[in-house]
Amino acid sequence: MLEYDFMQNAFAAGAIVALLAGVVGFFLVMRGQTFAGHALSHVGFAGATGAVLLGLSPLGGLIAVTLLGGVTMGLLGNRLQGSDIAIGSVLSLALGLGMLFLHFYTSYATQATALLFGNVLGVSRETLWILAALALLCLLMLALIARPLVFSSLQPELAEAKGVSLRWVSVLFLAVVALATAECIQIVGVLLVFTLMVGPAATAQQLTTRLGRGVALSATLALAEAWLGITLAFYTDWPTSFWISALSAGAYLCAVLARKLRPSPKPEPCCACH
Amino acid sequence: MVLDRVTVTYQQRTVLRDVSLSIPQGQFIGVLGPNGAGKTTLMRALLGLIRPSQGSIQVLGAPATRGNATVGYMPQLRTSAGNLRLRGWDFVASAYRGHRWGLPTLDQTALREINWALDTVGASALAQRPLMEISGGERQRLLLAQALLGHPRLLLLDEPLISLDPHHQHSVIELVKQVQQEFGITVLFSAHELNPLLNAIDQVLYLGRGQVALGPVDQVITAPVLSRLYGSPIEVVRLNNRIFVMSGEIELEHEEHCHDA
Repeated sequence: MLEYDFMQNAFAAGAIVALLAGVVGFFLVMRGQTFAGHALSHVGFAGATGAVLLGLSPLGGLIAVTLLGGVTMGLLGNRLQGSDIAIGSVLSLALGLGMLFLHFYTSYATQATALLFGNVLGVSRETLWILAALALLCLLMLALIARPLVFSSLQPELAEAKGVSLRWVSVLFLAVVALATAECIQIVGVLLVFTLMVGPAATAQQLTTRLGRGVALSATLALAEAWLGITLAFYTDWPTSFWISALSAGAYLCAVLARKLRPSPKPEPCCACH
Repeated sequence: MVLDRVTVTYQQRTVLRDVSLSIPQGQFIGVLGPNGAGKTTLMRALLGLIRPSQGSIQVLGAPATRGNATVGYMPQLRTSAGNLRLRGWDFVASAYRGHRWGLPTLDQTALREINWALDTVGASALAQRPLMEISGGERQRLLLAQALLGHPRLLLLDEPLISLDPHHQHSVIELVKQVQQEFGITVLFSAHELNPLLNAIDQVLYLGRGQVALGPVDQVITAPVLSRLYGSPIEVVRLNNRIFVMSGEIELEHEEHCHDA
């Protein structure tokens, strides 16, 4: 299957995006911000369809709008808490707008399906380079903020006291999340971003309690799920996105079951009170 | 630690009004007062997170400022971190120079410091377990270890006894006392109830209505002083080395504790 150009591109794109999503997703799950990935993908849909309507590149529109959304979310920070209804309305409006933009665009159906459910087999060489460059940028940014990011995710008040700017860390991180979301949409689409961003990370956190190993495992799982998904799609002719989502959910389920069934060492009675 | 004519306003409320006090190095101070009296706000002011609108705060001979490495802080754990499957060790380690940019790599010095802090509070073994599987008392040990990173000279502990049963409360106080004496640290320990702390503290710092009273328990926990801080008549009843602060028939500083397994 690797003799086809489109398959080579698919495997390369899958690898780039899965590694990025696995790493970014780990921190997203640790911070309890998985909703952000979901929200940004919805907003991205409007951006991509709007760009198409204006005759611009959908990937460009996607990146611009998710980035704007991510930075806005970071700046609003705590004020977003407890405003689920307002957020939900904005997200629905974004999807609705995307629908409207598609309505005015002629080759509606293919474009819509590609955005909503991804189209990894249609990734061009040119797109591949953009994905690689963006992923590299994201990983570099993440490497720069990793230390204060972990600290402020686990102990925000202490981090603040020690001089970490919670707001800047949050804005930079959500910018990275926005770019990673835009990349994921290329592979699995707006509706299935969770399968690459959250599934592998959540599975990794079931399997290890260590930070470094967790990040590595999350990236490895995402890569394995993406490649296996593309392979299965090639041989079955079923959609790639279906296979990736099935593998992602299946791996999580197995990890939870494995942990439940394994006789875990009973928490010792507290040593402090005896 | 010196407060000189300090006024602190937080969210339109005056928490401290023209307060001056001085705490000698190496003392164990119990910080008490009714809910909303500003125990947390006082600590945040000492950390430099809230600026006083008037007056000056000196911490260990320098103005209070964010990022002071000689001040250890144990906030109440409000985040969902307690529900993570992350190992306690990694949780504690995240605070080691966590304000620096870059990757969270740890060198030999860092490993020594983290293991020292965990050893000091007797948490080396429990730090191998995931956070979600440890009890409230064990979690407080990890938080204390985290606060000890960098060998602080002043330790600010915000309600370390909250939601602990009496057994665990006792062991947390003992542990803090032991660390405080071994390293000569000044400790500010805020709590809802005075009685568990009676045998451990050198002085009590009682907050109420923007004012404070600092001194030995016998001089501060008295009807006249507390009546002034509460702004209503308060009675103090002593019974078998326990002190009950009463307003009419109601015992103050008493609250329902959710007991931790």
